[in-house]
Amino acid sequence: MSAAASHKTILQTTNLCKSFGGVLATDHVNLDVASGEVHALIGPNGAGKTTLISQLSGLLKPDTGSIIFKGKNVTGKPAHRFASAGLARSFQITSLFADMTLLQNVALAVQAHTGHSFHFWRNATTDKRLLEPAYHYLQTVGLAKHADSIASAVSHGERRQLEVAMALATNPSLLLLDEPMAGMGADESNLMIEILQKLSGEKTILLIEHDMDAVFTLANRISVLVYGRIIATGNKEQIQSDPAVAAAYLGDTSDA
Amino acid sequence: MNPAVNPKRLIHRASFWINALLLLLLAIVPPVLFITGQPYWLDIFTRLVILALAATALNLILGYGGLVSFGHAAYLGLGAYAVGIPTYHALYGGWEAIASYNGFLHVTIAVSVSALFALLTGAISLRTRGVNFIMITMAFSQMIFYAFVALENYGGDDGLTIDVRSEFPLISLDNPLTLYAISFISLLLTLAIVYKITRSRFGLALQGARSNEERMRSLGVDCYRYQLVAFVISGALCGYAGFLLGNLDTFISPEMMDWTRSGELMFMVILGGASFLCGPIFGAAAFILLEQLLRGFTIHWHLPFGILLILSVLFFRGGLSGVIDKVRSKGSNS
Repeated sequence: MSAAASHKTILQTTNLCKSFGGVLATDHVNLDVASGEVHALIGPNGAGKTTLISQLSGLLKPDTGSIIFKGKNVTGKPAHRFASAGLARSFQITSLFADMTLLQNVALAVQAHTGHSFHFWRNATTDKRLLEPAYHYLQTVGLAKHADSIASAVSHGERRQLEVAMALATNPSLLLLDEPMAGMGADESNLMIEILQKLSGEKTILLIEHDMDAVFTLANRISVLVYGRIIATGNKEQIQSDPAVAAAYLGDTSDA
Repeated sequence: MNPAVNPKRLIHRASFWINALLLLLLAIVPPVLFITGQPYWLDIFTRLVILALAATALNLILGYGGLVSFGHAAYLGLGAYAVGIPTYHALYGGWEAIASYNGFLHVTIAVSVSALFALLTGAISLRTRGVNFIMITMAFSQMIFYAFVALENYGGDDGLTIDVRSEFPLISLDNPLTLYAISFISLLLTLAIVYKITRSRFGLALQGARSNEERMRSLGVDCYRYQLVAFVISGALCGYAGFLLGNLDTFISPEMMDWTRSGELMFMVILGGASFLCGPIFGAAAFILLEQLLRGFTIHWHLPFGILLILSVLFFRGGLSGVIDKVRSKGSNS
């Protein structure tokens, strides 16, 4: 676990700031994610987690500060550049191609990372180079049996699993998961934790999550965000024994 | 691969025969009507097939791309003037460079000018979405409309009567049956092109952008490029339809690109069922035949026509093709 610090840094933010009106939603955030680790970002409601992850995936432009991804400055670049550089995110509120099948959803994600789509003639709906990897990723998240279901027709938990499959399908160097367990029942959460555990050896993951069990099970390192500022970063024990964290966050959920 | 059968594919197979029947009727009925002494109806059907071609082209961006262009009549007009203006100069002199009856030249001008206009206006329009996109595409087509109204040389808003058609080797478009055959084959080719495109990677990217543009972006896809190319293809095909329309009417006026014409094309797509391959043909057929039928009853045919259109949009979600699919899928469920 502590080996993470010696790894190469894949994502680094320096003094990242973003304000909405008078509210400083992201306040001089310095965050680094090491290659190969599962880094969890936790914080109470309204701490600015979603604002931060939106900047890290290019959907929001930071006011000041910089984002370095794989040694390149990507600050202020459009979202599709972040993605093509190898940074994939899943959404807190499920964002899918609702009128397509699960297989087509993942196939589109596969297609997105295999170069441009200016191919007008060859039939892509039966293209093995799209469908076989897509089917593989559906298997990884345990959705193979629903491959031909329409995305809007499957359960909430299955849609979250599909989100992960689509993020994986772009073969990212960094997977940003925005509350993958949000709104899930206990069974569904456990299934998702299992899936993420399988991935944790092979993928670098930045996990934004409310579920403390999930965070303490999965994460190598944890950063705590409060009022837009990172007040602590460290492993599970360090975070649990940090007085500032206890006061700001774990204090009111001492059983976690 | 898993062998599970896609239920959607079953529906498509069922509607395949209905689409094939429609095309077969279009291949047989109009020539038969002509031979049995009803040339008026061949004229109606030629118009129907040409507008079906234009609506199929519009469907590529409206149905599959989710981009509601309210300016597609502009391409019909540009295509028609691509016949009218070179012919006018060939008849009355002036502007030697393009003065010609040559059909290949007319087609080339129709398609390239339409593609260029689509590229320029699309590049700007596609930076907007929703109602703004509808309004800006309409504004651009009105701009072209007024430009041709102002061109006194070519008749202004009185239009341009040429009375001769584009010349091709071996065939003569003056023969109404030939013109119908060319139009019908062009429609089949357009269907084949749109069919292939919508199943290609390009088409999937386009439909992904319709379904969820933000998701496409977060997958690393710049949707704008694909939408712009689709817009240009759609405009070019529509310009080709305009070339056929110019040859059908041999009277070309700015009225062809009026915004109400764009609205009619949109109605055909929506009435027939957007994002169904043959939907626009059903739409065009229903539109043209209903217009003819109501005209027979009353000179105030616009009123019942409008009411029927409103009712069809309200009650036939997914258009006529959607209704057929629904009936078919109910039948196969029970």
